[in-house]
Parts: sequence; structure tokens; C-alpha cells
Amino acid sequence: MQKSLPQAEKRGFIQANFVGIMIWLLRIVTVVIVAWGAYNSISSGTYSLSQWKDLVIFGLAQGGMYGLIALGYTLIYGILGFINFAHGDIFMSGMMVGYFVADDLNSLGFWNAHPVFSLLIILAVSMATSSLVAVIIERIAYKPLRNAPRLIPLITSIGASFSLEYLFKGLFGAAAKSYPDMTSIDGFLNIGGFHILKTQALVLGGVLVMMVFLYWFVEHTRAGKSIRAVAEDKEIAALMGVNVERTIIITFALGGAMAGAAGLFYALVFNQVYFLAGFVPGIKAFTAAVLGGIGNIPGAMVGGVTLGLLESLGPVLILAGLGIPSPHQLSDVVAFAVLTLVLIFRPTGLLGERLSQEKA
Amino acid sequence: MAEAMNPTPSTPPAVPPVPDEAVRVAPGISYRKAFRYGMIGGLVLITFATIGALQTFQTKSIINGELNLGYLGLGLLPLIMGLLAARMPEAKEGYVQAKPGPRNLIAGLMVGFVSGELLLDFALFVQVVNIRPVFINVSPQMASLIAFGQANQANGLALLLLTTTILGGIGGLLEVLPKAWRSALVGGLTWVVMVGLFDVVFSAFFRGAKLQQIDSFLYSAAGGLHLNGAMLVFIVAASLYFVRESQGKAIGRRYRQLPDPARRSVKYGGLAALVLILLILPELLGPFISEVLDLVGIYMLMGLGLNIVVGLAGLLDLGYVAFFAVGAYTTAVLTSPASPAVAPELTFWLAIPFVLLAAALAGLIVGTPVLRMRGDYLAIVTLGFGEIARLLVTSAWFKPLLGGAQGILKIPAIVIHDFVGAPIVFNTPPKVLYLVALFCLIAAYVSWRLKDSRVGRAWMAMREDEDVAEAMGVNIVEAKLKAFITGAVLASIGGALFATKIGSIFPNSFNIIVSITVLVIIIVGGMGSIPGVVVGAFVLEGVPQLLREFQDFQFLAYGILLIIMMLYRPEGLIPSREWARELHEEEMSQDAWLKDVKQQDDEAAESGAPAAD
Repeated sequence: MQKSLPQAEKRGFIQANFVGIMIWLLRIVTVVIVAWGAYNSISSGTYSLSQWKDLVIFGLAQGGMYGLIALGYTLIYGILGFINFAHGDIFMSGMMVGYFVADDLNSLGFWNAHPVFSLLIILAVSMATSSLVAVIIERIAYKPLRNAPRLIPLITSIGASFSLEYLFKGLFGAAAKSYPDMTSIDGFLNIGGFHILKTQALVLGGVLVMMVFLYWFVEHTRAGKSIRAVAEDKEIAALMGVNVERTIIITFALGGAMAGAAGLFYALVFNQVYFLAGFVPGIKAFTAAVLGGIGNIPGAMVGGVTLGLLESLGPVLILAGLGIPSPHQLSDVVAFAVLTLVLIFRPTGLLGERLSQEKA
Repeated sequence: MAEAMNPTPSTPPAVPPVPDEAVRVAPGISYRKAFRYGMIGGLVLITFATIGALQTFQTKSIINGELNLGYLGLGLLPLIMGLLAARMPEAKEGYVQAKPGPRNLIAGLMVGFVSGELLLDFALFVQVVNIRPVFINVSPQMASLIAFGQANQANGLALLLLTTTILGGIGGLLEVLPKAWRSALVGGLTWVVMVGLFDVVFSAFFRGAKLQQIDSFLYSAAGGLHLNGAMLVFIVAASLYFVRESQGKAIGRRYRQLPDPARRSVKYGGLAALVLILLILPELLGPFISEVLDLVGIYMLMGLGLNIVVGLAGLLDLGYVAFFAVGAYTTAVLTSPASPAVAPELTFWLAIPFVLLAAALAGLIVGTPVLRMRGDYLAIVTLGFGEIARLLVTSAWFKPLLGGAQGILKIPAIVIHDFVGAPIVFNTPPKVLYLVALFCLIAAYVSWRLKDSRVGRAWMAMREDEDVAEAMGVNIVEAKLKAFITGAVLASIGGALFATKIGSIFPNSFNIIVSITVLVIIIVGGMGSIPGVVVGAFVLEGVPQLLREFQDFQFLAYGILLIIMMLYRPEGLIPSREWARELHEEEMSQDAWLKDVKQQDDEAAESGAPAAD
């Protein structure tokens, strides 16, 4: 026993170094690639200043939506400690049901006659749908698994995600559905030298309102307090008189509502919805949540905006600079690469996780 | 209506205070529960109709003119819900289980009635309100299907209600039947459905074995079983099940009492017959079934690989398809003359070492950065890797090398030279099947040997608790990388076989669905269990391939299956010992404790001393 000890220590040293060296290498390579690409791209002058500005605005709007969806991941991770893989599909469900209402309003002529009122109706419908779907999934699939090993709820949520996607396919058909055009939000605005699409301005405003509302809800209402208490420690919260099950339902409903709002915004920007529309935004929103620090509510927003900017600027700034053809095809690759790099180098995210110790 | 049937409270008549020695009977069947199950069943039935499953499934005939798959689903659900609702609740400690009785029947009938009633209401609702613009599958045809296609809708709906009620009642009665009868009934019906549903397989088998008479006796030309054939299948299967249930123990005893040489000859004779049948089976079954089995084998290879990564090492990898793609693309580039950039045109056997090398490298590349990640982050990052791989292959950047969305064509079939040098070309599905089976056997052997080896035990220790494993001297870095590399290598063999079998590959064959399918295979089969992977691959890849016309519902079924398995049987259908122990640790320790206490009590009672508190 005594003899083998130094050897074991030596092995430990080497193995720590192996991972350490690999990670440092990766860090250096990443920085060099990013710097080299950015330098080339900027010095080549292929893109004009206004194009850069457009990309920034697009990234902000996109990132705001990611942030809204990310709130659901963050809230649920905060209190239950697992990734709700089905959250992207909860987002899709609001968008999908919203479409049918929008279509009906359009055929009644209401859509363009009263745009503000129509948007509010759709917002309410898609938020309500998404929260309802989120709560139903929670009751059926996650509630019986409160004390199961970690991977089990995750695998269940993968199953829930698939079920939702293909249930919606069966119910509403596989074809992509286009939201009707709204004439009053076509065209551009000029704000401080920025040329902004009206839809993007609307999305940015909407996201801001939602964020403020959520922050107020979590910080200043009784239900919000109980969410924070349950996130801190479920058992102690229960002892203090917090109804844990009710709080969990509220959390799912809240996360679902945010995803539903994001669904409307997404539909306004991209116009189309189909049964797999939630998959990629879902993963990107998860990336945003991790980027900002999972469990951290302002972090979700910061992470979302950062990811949106990286995704819209990244291909042009870095990939084009490296001489890669048609870099726009690779914007998803950038997002996934960001996710991987964040998890390797700073798994606690930009603003840090808000988790109690045992979950980390 | 159903509420009116529920006047009795769910608890049994109050138990009078009884002396300690008397037996206390546990509460029996609850009607409230039955009502709830009926409602759930009804909602599921409505969903079944709304997503178009009823219409699509009714094109598949099981018993010609009598029963099709759609109505089977419609009838099976009340039956199962009735069975579940009428299952005797488990008696708590200190209680004796109540005897099954008429309450079971009533509960079953109630379940069937309530669910039928809901579906009926839905059919009527659809007539009044047109919801078709939203729910595209809710057509008049669907409503008439619900009414059993009767011209007079009222009659049809009454028939529907009657059928579901009776089936629910049968479900409730199953619990009351003696075990042998129940198993005969269920087994017989199951086999009728199986033989009817997989007519392609059985037909191909009978025709291949030159038993056309049996084929034409069982199956009608229009699809599905003949009524006589169905009865024959039912009688044979039911009597076999009956004998097994009632005489099984006796036969087993007699076999064990046989003298050693006789027993050995029975055993080896059986084994030899099995091997012989398996050897001629591919040629017997013909190209279609063989092709299905090829795919099953390829998924089995991937399942065995993922079983090591997820099942043994506990690293949830959702981007497993990337390794499959590495295998397929390396094979394609190295062997195909149509490979866009480099085309060395090696033979398959020369390419295989490079394929394995590439896969090991890919495993290392994916494995290294994720070494320090915790379980759920790992899942998402590997998912990201899988998507990155697919997007890169599709992108214009890699198009000059890998062909982009057009893929790589003209991948040659595998060739083996026999003793005299004459080539055998593995270009038909039955021939490929031999190779696939060979690789599957090797993979199964390797993973079986790995499981109890030093590294296998390290993986399992790591799965249970990484920190503890490390403290016990397991080198986590090494163990994780080994798991990733082994998994990658097995998947790449699957990919290589896939490429040569199909002859051309496209990036869209390698999407997330493949990863999820493999995951479902190992979860349904049982994580860490090799027989589980084999069964899982047959059920989850073979059945959808045979029922290709219902592909729309395959992934919905996967999703629901994942949820149900995780809720009710997380250890899988054929669980591995270790995983089951981990999941049910608490129950097992409780059982052991109860047993201990009981034993102590018994001993105390025997010695005449009062039981210790």
C-alpha cells in the first residue's frame, strides 16, 4: 500500500495535466481562430457599416427571443434541477395554436383592421397554450419522477419532446403554415442612424416588457418569492409553509407563458410555423441559458442577446474571414460551438449560476 | 350516467375494531379510479382518432373482413384500461389482499362505458361543429369509422358503446380468471394479432419453406388472416400457453431429472437445430425481410455501442449518430470511385482499419472536451456535436470533399474471396445479412466480455458515482475516453455496413432521429443489458420497418414509449442486474428489512418468547 502511493499521486498529476493541457490548447486555438478571422474580415472591408448595423439589430431581436425561451429552461432548472428538453416544443405549441387564431382573424378582416388588438389576442392565446402544455407535461411526465436519478427526468423530457412534436404533426398536419401578413408592421423605422425593421422593433419592445414583467413577478410577488424559496431548498421551503407542488406548477406555467410570447415574436419575424419549428430554437435557447448561467434569470436575457449577436455576427466576422464559403449556412454551427466552448471554459456562465451547492 | 354508477364510496364498509389476531382486509377496487381510467381512455381514444391513426390503421387488415388494426387499437384501449382499473391494489403491510369479485367486472364495464361514451360524444360533436380546418384528420370518413361504417349512425354508435363496454368488462374480468386460463386467452389473442400483423414475415417464411398450403390456409389474398386461420392460430397458441402455465413446472422437473447424457443431447440438439435454422433463414425469408433484418442488425450494432457509453458508463450521448456518420463517410470516401476529392478505391476490408481509426479519433475528439461536464450538460453538448457534424457535411465548405447534400454514390458492395479465389459479392440483402449478423455477434461478444472486465467495472462504478469511483482508484479520464472510443468504433462498423448496403449516402440519413432511435432501443431493452439491446433493436427498428406504411406514427410511439418506460419501468424490459439494483435500492432494502423482521418474529414466536419491539 505504502509503496503504491507515490505512483498513484504521479498518475493523478499526469491526468490532471492531460485534461488541463488539452483545454489550454483548445483555448489558444479558439482565440487565434477568432482573432485571425475577425482581423481578415474587418480589414478586407467586404461589409459596409450599415450591413454591420443590420446584423447587430437582427442579432439583438433574435437574441431577445432566445432569452425569453431561455427563461423557461432557467426557471425549471433552478427548481427541479433538470433540463426540460421539451421546452422548445412548448414554444412551438404556442406558435402553432396562435397561427390558427391569426388565420381566423385574418379571414374575418380583423387582423389588419385592428392590428394592436389582434396582436394582443394572439399573444394571450399563445401564452395560454404554451403554459397549459407545459403544465400538462409536468403533471403527466415529470411529477412522478421527483426523486429519480438525474438522467431519468432528462430522458423523459426527450420523450415528451418527441411526443409533442409528432402529436402536433398528427393533429395539425406536417405542412408549414404561414402567418398572415400584417401591413402596419411592414417596412422600416429609422432610429438614431439604425435602419430597423418594424417587426424587429416590435419584438425588441415586446421582449423588454416581458422581461421586466417576469423580473417583477419573481422579485416582488408572493408566488415569485416561493419560486425563489423552492429553488433554494425544496424541503426547507416546504417546512416554511410554501406549497412546493403549486410552486412547481406556477414555474412551469410561467416558463411556458414566456415561451408562448417568444412564439408570437418568432412568428412575426419568420412568419412560418411547423411541427419541428421548436427544436433548433429550443437548443439555442438552452445554450443562451447556459451562457448566462443556468438558474439565473437576468443571465438568461444576457445569454440570449449574446448568443443572438454571436450567431448573426459570427459567421460573417469569423468564418468569412477564414475564407469559408457561404458562411451563413453555418450560423447554427456557430451557436452549437459557442455552447460547447462555454461549457468547457466557463460552465457557470457569464453571470454565474444561481444554484444551491448540491445541485452543481 | 357514469356518475350515477358511482354512489358507493371508494372505501370498503368500515372495518369494525378487531382483535389483533383477526385478518384485516385491504380496500378493494375503487370505482372512482375506474371512472378516472375511463375518462383517460376516452381522451386517448379521441386523440387516436384525431391524429388520423384510426383511418390510417384501418387499411391494415388483421383478420380479413373481421378485424383491422384501427379497430384493434380502438378495442384494445378499453380492454387495457379496464384491466388496469380492475387490478387489485397492493395490500399494505398488516392487511390481507381482498379477493377479486364482481367489483372487478363492474369497474371494467364502467371503464369501457365511460371511454366509449366520450368517443361517441366526440363523434356527435364533430357532426355538428366542423373542426376540420384546424384538425386536418377529422373528416366525415373518420366519424363514419367510429360508427363502424354503419349506414344508420345511431346504430353504429350504440354498437361502439356496447363493444367498448364489453371489452372493458373483459379487461376487468381478466383479473378474476385463473392464471392458466388468463395466460391462454391473452397469449392466444396476442399471437393471432402478431400473425395477422406481420403477415409479410410469416408468409415469406412459409413460402420459402415450400409450405404454400399453410400460407394459403392462414392468409387471404386480400390481406390479413382467414377467419379459419385465425382460429387455428388462436387454438394452437392458447393451448401451448395453457400447457406451459399449468404443466410447465412438471415438464421442467422432468427435464431436470433426466440422466446427464440425455439432458445434454436435448440441449445440444436444440442448439444445433437453432443454428441451422438461423443459417438458412436469410435465404428462406427472401430479400424484403432480410433487408429489414439488415437494418435491425445495424441498429443493434449501434445499440451495443451506445449501451457501453450510456448503459455502462452512464454518459448520455445524444449525438451518437455522428460516429455512425464517420463510419459511413470514411467507408464511402475510401471505397467509392465517385468520391469527389480523394478516391483511393480501396476494398472494404482494406478500408475497415481506417474506418475504425477514424472512429476512434472521432471518439477522442468528442470525448476530450466533455470530460469534465456533468451528465445533463453532456447530453446537450453531444447533441450539439451531432448537429455540427451534419451541418458541416451539408455545408458548401465541405462539399468538395464529401459531396454536400448530393452525398457520395456508387459505394461498392463487400467482396470476399473464397478458398479457390472466386469472389463472393455481398450485394443482396440476404447475403449482407450474414455479414451483419457476424459483426453483431462479434460486437455482442466484445461487450459481454467488456462488461465484467476491469474497465467494465470501472465504467459501472463511474456511472454510480464519479467522485467515489475516482476515490477508489478508477482513472476517470481514461475510463470516459475508453467508453467514447469503444462506442464510436462499434457505431462506425454499423455505418460502414450501412454505406455498403445502401450503396450511396446522404447527410440527411444522419440526423438526430437516428440517435434518438438508438437511445430508445437501449432504454426499452434495458440499459447495460445486452439481451435488452437485441430485443430492443428487433422491436423498435424491425416492427416499424415491417409496418412502413404507418411511419407517421413511429416517432410519436417512440416518444410515448420513452415516457412510459421512464415512469413505470426505468430499468427496461430485460434489465441488467446492476442498474435494476440502483433504481430499486430503497425498495430492495425495505424488502430485506421486512424479511428480517418477519424472520425474527417467527423465531421469537417459535421459541415462545414475546417478539422484540
